[in-house]
Formats: sequence, structure tokens, C-alpha cells
Amino acid sequence: MSEIREELKYTQDHEWIAADGSIGTVGITDFAQESLGDVTFVELPEVGTTYNKGDAFGVVESVKAASDLYMPVSGTISEVNSSLESAPESLNTDPYGEGWLVKIEMSEPGQAEELLSPNAYKGLI
Amino acid sequence: MSDLKSIPLQSFYEQKGARFVDFAGWNMPVQFTSIIKEHEAVRKRVGLFDVSHMGEIIVTGEGSIDYLNYLLTNDFTNLAPGNSKYTMMCYEDGGVVDDLIVYALEPHKYLLCVNASNCDKDFAWMQQHATNFEVDLSNVSEDYALLALQGPMAAEFLLPLQQSTLDDLGRFAHIETELAGVEVILSRTGYTGEDGFEIYIPANTAESVLNALDERAQELELEDFYCGLGCRDSLRLEAGYPLYGHEIDSEIDPIRAGLGWTVKLNKADDFRGKSSLSDLKTSYPRKVVHFYKIEDRRIARQGESVYQGDSVVGRVLSGTYSPITGGAIGSLILDDVSTTPEGLTVELRGKSLDLKITRPPLHLTK
Repeated sequence: MSEIREELKYTQDHEWIAADGSIGTVGITDFAQESLGDVTFVELPEVGTTYNKGDAFGVVESVKAASDLYMPVSGTISEVNSSLESAPESLNTDPYGEGWLVKIEMSEPGQAEELLSPNAYKGLI
Repeated sequence: MSDLKSIPLQSFYEQKGARFVDFAGWNMPVQFTSIIKEHEAVRKRVGLFDVSHMGEIIVTGEGSIDYLNYLLTNDFTNLAPGNSKYTMMCYEDGGVVDDLIVYALEPHKYLLCVNASNCDKDFAWMQQHATNFEVDLSNVSEDYALLALQGPMAAEFLLPLQQSTLDDLGRFAHIETELAGVEVILSRTGYTGEDGFEIYIPANTAESVLNALDERAQELELEDFYCGLGCRDSLRLEAGYPLYGHEIDSEIDPIRAGLGWTVKLNKADDFRGKSSLSDLKTSYPRKVVHFYKIEDRRIARQGESVYQGDSVVGRVLSGTYSPITGGAIGSLILDDVSTTPEGLTVELRGKSLDLKITRPPLHLTK
């Protein structure tokens, strides 16, 4: 059974976001990492890149396939998890912790609130 | 799902936590814990694969040798009981019907192990070519379970479970022996590039063999002992073994694939594809299928264009991640034999990556 954390918001594309003021931390869900299987490579954007909600901002690659990552909210990348370059397996072992992908300065922080609640996401998977 | 065929021991693997996938119409374990961990277990210790989906076809009769020599590209004239040979089965134009292993069980009796995805096609092709030979063919695929025990500890693992010392059982040799009280064919073959065994077991008695192997694995405290088809693919690609539908198929003949050693143009009798394969050998003085490494984790997958400078000169046939090299690996085919396999690149999501052509095994070379 995949873990779903109560304090997070979710997208239909299986990303999660943790909002802290105007900063959101984004990752993929436990369900997503289980479906992908062993993650072998993560391609992340440069700090300072601006995205609209729903834009593809990176790629996560597993033995099986490469999949796009989608922005849950609009904003500008303020930090990327560069440890994933050498340890992409963190996405499998700790998707809500060490496997976080990017932090984003949200241009419309209200967008995070509109995302799926843990219960709604649970109904999706 | 209901149309999928089940391997004999499916419920055992379900209990071991297998994730299943539809492969060639069979519901097969694709991974148990992690493709990477299972891959490493086979390279470092020993792992067990269930490959019961593979097809088994028995050829018997006085005309067996002549038939096999006509049907297949290798030479079976002197294949003594207890030995086996890898071979191609080709169309008249040299394209590959299937690649397979022929086991000589006893005089005038052979077991052919073929790909699951090709088994029905193979059997029809074989029947079509059997009319002028004194042979009987039977497709016994569903009568056998097939387990592959692979890795440097494989012999040590098996020693206490059967009578043979295994010392005399060389690569591509096999014996009929009792394993956990069951008569099996124990063959020193595999698809991983490691030492190992393939065990042909009557399907109805396979569970007792598997239980004995499971007990032994627990006794040796082996981690990631159960392996799925996921790591079977990354292991075979590191080892440089072809997979039908990738490095060989109806369009890619054994000469261009670099498997000309399985084609015995000098054997006494005519065989299917001989004339075309002979011509191909002249037109292709060197192979055009190559294996490569990438010093990057991005995987170039089947069908990706291969560049030399700005020109497309070929395409990727297989690609995966190698847990041993820590980078992507794969195979490619060049469209033209005159293209030198140097300075080749792929473009992946806007990034150009160098393909370092390497002679397999890819996991043992720098």
C-alpha cells in the first residue's frame, strides 16, 4: 500500500507539494515511485527558471521508461535537489524526504490549496 | 488478464512479492524487490529466474540430424548427447525466425528451447519443413517449468542438492539428474554472462524443486535471490547477448548482427537461408550491430536515431541502465557497412551523448 502524507497536497500526475509561505517543495509520490520502478536518472531545471502550472519541468527516468515531471503550481525555481544527480535512487527510498525534486517561489500561492487533498488523492490511486 | 497464460509456480512468486507483467502472452514476474538489486545479486552471488514461458519443442526420429542441419544454421552432425548448441533458424532471405538452443538428449532425440514470443510461429515453420524428413515434432512447452539459477555462487548453491560434483559439467553441457527427488535436465547454460544453470523440470513436480531451492537460499541467507525478467534484460545486455526483436529479427540477419559464428556455411548439406547468408557474408565483411556504453545515466531506447556528425547513420536496438557501469548501455545497428563505428552520438531531449562502442561483456570492460 502506497504511503500518502497528510500534510501534503497532490496532483493527478502524482506529484506532491509542501507549501511553506510562498515556497513550495515538490516531489513525486510513493505511488509514482513504485510504478516507475528503479529510478536511474533525474533531469531537473536550472534555478531561476519560471514555469506555469502544468508545465513539464523535468524528467524522471527508470529502467522502464522516461516520464515528464509537471509543475503543480506556477512560479520560479529557487532550489533544486542536486544530490539526485549521483543518488537518483532517493526517489525510490525516500520520495517525501531526501527524494524531493525542486523548491519553487510560488507566483500564486493560492494554487497549492486548490490541489488534491490526501483523501482525494487516495481515491485516485 | 484472463487470456494470459500462467506459469506453473505463479502463486509461489506471488507470496514472494513478485510484480507481474504480460510478456508474450504469459503473466511473468518482472521484479521482486528492485531490478537493480536483483541485477547485482546475480553478478555478485546467485539469483533464480523463472523462465517457464520459454518454448520447448522435441524432435525425434532417425532423420533428426539431417532435419536440424537443414532447418538451422549451426552444424549438429557431431553434437553428442549431453551437449547443446546455440543456433539461428533463418528464413530464405537470411532473416531470423528465432534463435534457440538445441540440446542433444539421446541419439535421435533433441530438445529445442525457443523464445516464448516465437514458439507458435517456430513450431508451424518447423512442421512446414519436416515433410521430407523422418522426424516427429512435439510442442511440449506447457509440460516443462524452466528455472535459471545464475551467478558466481550457482555451483556452490547446487552442490548439496544433487549427486553430481558439477566439475565435469562444462558450459553448454547438461545431465539428467535427480534434484529434490525429481528427475530434471540440468544444463550449464544461461542468459546473464555469469556461471549458472538452467533446470528443465516436469511442470507438475516443479514446486518441490522450487521449495528445495528456497530452503537452500534461506540456509545461505541470500538477499534478492528471486529475480524477475527486468534484470534478465539488463544482465543479457551487459553480457552482449542478442534478444529476438532487438539485435536479431526477421529483418536483421545473423551476419549483420555479428553472429556469423552460428552460421556454418561449410556444412555438408544445404540449409534454409544458406544462399542469402552466403551473399550477406560477402556484402558484410564486418558486422553492423554494435554494443555501446554511455558515460551518462540517460538511456537511449529502441528506435532512437544514431548520428555521426549531422547524419543519421543507424538506430538504437536496445538500451537500459547498467548498475555495474553506473551509466546507460545498449546496442545499435548501422545502416551502411562502410560507416566506421566511431564518433557516434544520440540526441536525447536536446543533449548529445557519445556512444562508446565496446566489445561485450560491457560490465567487465573499462
